[in-house]
This record gives sequence, C-alpha cells and structure tokens, in this order.
Amino acid sequence: MKEEIKLIKNNKRIDGRKFTDLRPLEAKVGVLKRADGSAYFRIGNTIAIAGVMGPRKVHPKHMEKADRAILRTEYRMAPFSTWERSRPGPNRRAHEISMVTRKALEPVIFLEEFPKTAINVYIEILQADASTRCAGINAAALALADAGIPMKDLVSSCSAGIIEGQIVLDIAGQEDCHGELDFPIAYYPKKKHITLLQMDGIATNEQFKKILHLAVSGAEKIYEEQKKALRQKYQAELNQ
Amino acid sequence: MEQMDDRRERKIVIPGDFLGTGRPGHGTYAESGQVFSKCVGLAEERSGLHIVIPLSGVYNPKKGDGVIGRIEEVIFSKWIVDINSPYQAALTLSDATEEFVDLTKTDLTRIFEPGELVFAEILSVSNSKQINLSMRSRKCRKLRGGRLINVTPSKVPRIIGRSGSMVEMIKNNTGTQIVVGQNGLVWVKGEGEDLATEAILTIEEKSHMHGLTDFIKNMLESSPKRVESAEFDLEKEKQRGQPSEMLDEEFVQEEVDDK
Repeated sequence: MKEEIKLIKNNKRIDGRKFTDLRPLEAKVGVLKRADGSAYFRIGNTIAIAGVMGPRKVHPKHMEKADRAILRTEYRMAPFSTWERSRPGPNRRAHEISMVTRKALEPVIFLEEFPKTAINVYIEILQADASTRCAGINAAALALADAGIPMKDLVSSCSAGIIEGQIVLDIAGQEDCHGELDFPIAYYPKKKHITLLQMDGIATNEQFKKILHLAVSGAEKIYEEQKKALRQKYQAELNQ
Repeated sequence: MEQMDDRRERKIVIPGDFLGTGRPGHGTYAESGQVFSKCVGLAEERSGLHIVIPLSGVYNPKKGDGVIGRIEEVIFSKWIVDINSPYQAALTLSDATEEFVDLTKTDLTRIFEPGELVFAEILSVSNSKQINLSMRSRKCRKLRGGRLINVTPSKVPRIIGRSGSMVEMIKNNTGTQIVVGQNGLVWVKGEGEDLATEAILTIEEKSHMHGLTDFIKNMLESSPKRVESAEFDLEKEKQRGQPSEMLDEEFVQEEVDDK
C-alpha cells in the first residue's frame, strides 16, 4: 500500500502554487524546420511539440471531401515521456485524445478554403506531467497558425480539477494521480465557446460551474501567452 | 526594405485580431460587421477595405499566375503537372502548343516528358480546384537544365523586387538566367548558379530586412564567386539566335498589385 500523499499543505499545493495558479508557461513557434508550421508548448514539466503539414493531397483518396479540407490529428506520447517507459505506437488512449483534439480545433479552421486536401497535425508529448492533451492542443493551435492555415482564432486549453475537496487550476503530476477530478477544457476565446470538455471524476452541480469558470480563466491566460509567442516569431523576422 | 518606406506602416496580425469595421478583403473574415484577420500576416487598410498579406502558407493557385511546374504524367491528350500546391494542374495539348499534333501518330512524351520542368500560366481555377495551365503565352517555355530552388510562396514578391529590380540585379551579377514562379519555385541556370542560389536563399531568410536590396547588392559585389558576364551572356545568347534575354524580361512578374 502506498503511503498517503498530502496534496495540500498550508493552503498551498504540493509544488508550492496557489489554488488558482498556472504552472510556468513557455511557448515557441517555428521549432521544426521540415514542417509547414510548428510549435513548442511547455507548462510546468509537461512538454508538447506540434507539427503541421499541409494543406496537401489526401491519401488514401477516399477520405477526400469535395467541399472542404479534412483535419487529421495524431497525438502521441514519446516512450521516454513518462516515469515508466510507455510502449510506442498508438493505443486506445492516444486514439481518443487525437479525436478530441481534432474536434477541439476544427471549429476555428476555415476548412472550406482548401477543398480536397488534408491538414495533418502531429502532436508529440516529450514530457508528460498531467494535462498533456491541453498542452498538445495549445501547441497544435500555434502550429496551425504558423503554417498559414486560415483560422478564426486560436484555441487555448487548460485543465482544472478537485484535489482534496479543493477546486484548483492546472492539474499537475501527483494531483492527477491522487486527486478526485481532472477537468480539461479547450476554449475558443473570441466566441467564448467550449470546444472540448472532459471530466473524469465526480463533481456536484455547484462545483461544476466553479471549475468550468476557473478553467476558462486559465485558458484565457494561456491565450495571451500563445498570442505573444506567435507575434514574437513574426515580429523577429520583421525586425531583422 | 526601402520600398516599404513610402508606404503606410504595416502591422503584424495573427488569427482573430480585430482590424476594424469595414469591408473584409483577402485574408480576413467578417463577423457581425467587424473585420478580423484569419492568418498571420501584415494588415493593411485601403479606404475601408481590410486585407492581410499572409506571411506563411502553401501556394494557393490564382488565375493568371506564372508558375514553374514539373510534368508528372501524360494522360491521353494532356499532361498532369505538379505546381507545388495541394492541387495538381492539367496542361491540355491545345494549351501546350500551337502547332498541329496528330494524337494518333505522336507520342506526347516527345513534347514534354515526365520529370521535365515548364514555366506555364494558370489559365483557370475552378471552384472544385481543378486547375488548367496554358503555355501559349510567349513567356512560357520548357526549362532545360539549371537548378530549382524552393522558397516560401509568400516571399516571392521580395525575390522579384519592385518591377523586377531584385531578380535583375542577381542576374547581372551572376551571369545566370532566373525564372521566378509565383508558386515559390525559382529556376536558376548559368555560370554563377551557386552565388545566385545563395542570394535567393538570403532574400528568403531576411525578406523583411530594411535595405534588403543594398544588402544583397553588397553581398553579390563582394563575393569572389561573382560573374560579371551579363553583357557577355547576352551576346552569347544572341549568337545562338535565341532572344532569351528578351524573354527573361517578361518572366519577371511585377510585384503583385495588392502588396
């Protein structure tokens, strides 16, 4: 039996954060040379890297849509990303996350501008310390913008949850394993739409509203960071 | 870039940036009367019309563009051409040549073989993105030998320069022939291929630099690889009876109007 881990001490979380603090963020755009667009997103110890290829021809051809582009996302965890080596290759979890990522990103992309093509998004988790799908979506949104894909807005994603009865923002490592609830959302800031909402755990109606509110506020902070990173890359090009 | 100095300040925008209330133009979208950017680019406003010039992205074919394509295959009476875009283009026999070709007696690979490069014009782009090319214009031709450089399509106007000044300068200093396709492919052939390639890649890298023309001029003139044979080259071409220099002038497409 594992010993009991205390997740909250003196109103502080295990890594010293307050309940509504995000982990330190870092976003970089244009990190892969061979991709049409790419981005790196780090939140605490979770690192995601995303590459976008396309729009390009669709293979296999039967997947082609005559009136719009198809978006294909692939979420993958590097074998070395976790404490214990994870088997490489897609598994049930990776398939599911690829699908929810696609659905989180689709609403902001003008897919109808490139009929009969595919936009491929590859997300690789280099280091996993909870909220990897959020980091993946954040990186993917930046990579799509970097690839010059017409978009209505970026998508920002953030998690919240409950640990030891307390509602907290941005679940990390131990909190994910021992906490009561993990609640990742993806947010389309301009329209204030939620494009992804998952919840594993139980929350009351009251708690649900509070958590959602908190997660959205976190996504908004991340949105600002994303915008800064994207602007920075192109501003740097301009100032040469 | 000096050519930007006499223009209004351009601002970098990213998807979702609010541009104003007006009419949405290229690279923008409107929602309840407000105009937003839909890509990373430089925003400009002209009497209420907002446009965003994208800074990245694949080549989206436009009618009238001159592009460099690679012949992929021959199908009955047309060629399928790869034009460095998500869509393939078709070049029909009647648009490829003016002479009469008897299909029953001629093997079309005699005109263009798979793998060969051509400079062609986009004749039409249908709604379902079927693209037809034409080689009837005088500036279109087959590109033999030389080398092909891949650049970001959005940076093509920088390589061409104002009314072709940049590409002209590279040609004069390297003794090369250069053909620039709007689809981001640049064909270079001649003695100073290496230097010309270097210059073109430098332009791509530093496309937004102030005083880019002078920088490239300096780079070309101080290079040991410089070939000062523009006139000589012209003479040589004349002797061969090919008015190619004259043709080359026309290859250079002026900087796109909306820039």
